[in-house]
Amino acid sequence: MQKLGDFKLPQFFNYPPYFTLQPIRETREKQIQLWKELILEYCRSQKIFIVGLDEEFSLFSNQSIERSLSHESRVVFLSALVSEGRAEWMDKSHKKCLILWLKVQDWADYIINFVKENGLEDSVMTVEDIRSGIESRGTELAGIDRGVLIRALKLLEQKGKAAIFKGSSTDDEGVKFNI
Amino acid sequence: MAASAWLPPADLTDSGRPVLFPGEVERLFLSSIDLQAEENPSLPPLRSGFLTLTSHRLLWINDNSRFAHFIPLGSVIHAFPPKKSIKNMFTSPKIRIQVSSDSDGKIIGGKGATSVVITIVMRGGKSDPEAFYGKLWEVLKSRSWEVEEVMGREDVGEIRVSGSVEGTSRVRTAVVGVAGILRKEQEMWESTDKSLQDAFQDLNALMSKAKEMVALAEKMRQKLLSGSAAQANANDEEMGSKQEMQDWLLSVGIVSPVTKESAGALYHQQLSRQLADFVKLPLEKSGGMIALIDVYCLFNRARGTELISPEDLLQACALWEKYEVPAMLRKFDSGVMVIQSKAHSDEEVFARIISLAQKPDALKMGISPSDAALTLGIAPALAKEHLLNAESRGLLCRDVSPDGFRFYVNMFKEFELGNIYLVKDHGLYKAWISAASLASA
Repeated sequence: MQKLGDFKLPQFFNYPPYFTLQPIRETREKQIQLWKELILEYCRSQKIFIVGLDEEFSLFSNQSIERSLSHESRVVFLSALVSEGRAEWMDKSHKKCLILWLKVQDWADYIINFVKENGLEDSVMTVEDIRSGIESRGTELAGIDRGVLIRALKLLEQKGKAAIFKGSSTDDEGVKFNI
Repeated sequence: MAASAWLPPADLTDSGRPVLFPGEVERLFLSSIDLQAEENPSLPPLRSGFLTLTSHRLLWINDNSRFAHFIPLGSVIHAFPPKKSIKNMFTSPKIRIQVSSDSDGKIIGGKGATSVVITIVMRGGKSDPEAFYGKLWEVLKSRSWEVEEVMGREDVGEIRVSGSVEGTSRVRTAVVGVAGILRKEQEMWESTDKSLQDAFQDLNALMSKAKEMVALAEKMRQKLLSGSAAQANANDEEMGSKQEMQDWLLSVGIVSPVTKESAGALYHQQLSRQLADFVKLPLEKSGGMIALIDVYCLFNRARGTELISPEDLLQACALWEKYEVPAMLRKFDSGVMVIQSKAHSDEEVFARIISLAQKPDALKMGISPSDAALTLGIAPALAKEHLLNAESRGLLCRDVSPDGFRFYVNMFKEFELGNIYLVKDHGLYKAWISAASLASA
């Protein structure tokens, strides 16, 4: 089986029509669904949060069959993710796309669980701790995009489950959980 | 005396083709021809060569195309028709022409002091003397070389059609290819036109009567048409008799030659029927479907001079709806129009395409329109239409790459959402994987 990094690729990744935007509606629907799923799975496994349309994204090409997605197809698939709420355009010109392989709400839930499981209810953690601390290793939180993390924390803050406070510099933003 | 002493030599290209004068067009080509001056034995004959009748000359090329001579048609005073007699039945047919020459028997252009009679002997048994004579006469009548002389004098200077013995006939670019064909068509038209004019002079009076008849028929037809439009609910009987009236008018009306002005609706009706008959055989040969543009070419080529316009063709096809004709006009989404035999079935074509697309090679590499054309036995443009059609039904999907435009059997249905690694034990997906993996590293 082919791999991209340590991500196992499905067999249909070698099916050439998979890389051509299909004109027939029903076929295209299926194709879009498959790409959405593949993008999310891949980004999750490789902890990729941002896909740049003008940049190389290894999932969008298959060297062994010499096919790549056209710019148009990339826009179509990413836009489909955006419509479903699983991604967001980071700029007006739609050049960069934030992939939410977990939705912000899902992240918030994940953090709650994480805090509970590690007994961190009363401690104060910095944002960076959550991202790269010892407890985070092996969890989805390791290496999470800062922007996404903060949004999730803010969501928790709104629900009264956390409190964010600034330190002397941005790196020192801290969180206290009230679960 | 060498042959070049009495017949001017003609220039040949490196590959043995005659170099034609501007505007000169070949008309007939015969092989195994002798040219001899029967009455002047001192003039050496030319044996067993190719004879080409052009609009300007009679060219004789020797059998390995190394040298050639010609007789300018402008010097031909008379051509004697081939004689049919018991004596001639067992010998090679001969056609005699009287050609202007100087006193030594040399053929030069223009009016010579005297003339020689040259016999064209058709050996080889394949030539048709009547056809040759007919063509020769046509060409002599049309006098194309004179027209050329007048036209070309300004720009090329002196055009020497007759060419003297010293070979000063210049090598000019021959007018061949499409221009030559068009000229040929034009000339054929003109000569047909002229002969029609001659023949019909006596019938002018009859023609004017016919015109009146046609005008009457048209008037009545218009009345019928306006009548039926005014009556919203005509009962069956009335409609029946109106139809009869129309048919009768059409069948009685038109006595003049079939032109659109005189015939009106009848022209298209006849054309439509003729077309339906004509199209039967080509349809069979090409698997039940031909592109309309191909029918246009085939039909016009078969008709020869009375060419029809694209609009005529379209109208003729449109009329098929009215008659029991086993052919129909069909327009694809891409705009391509074809004539299709009613027996043709899309489903049957799809079945063949699918089976082609599921062969191991096709699973691995897909199929291109030319692959499909080869297998289905049809033109590539039509094959592409079929493939696109199959795609629109969800049977195939496309692969567009720098390698080209290919189609694969549609396997998207086999891939499972939520379970992207799943491959069922049997089925298309599995087959595809085996076929595809045989090649890749």
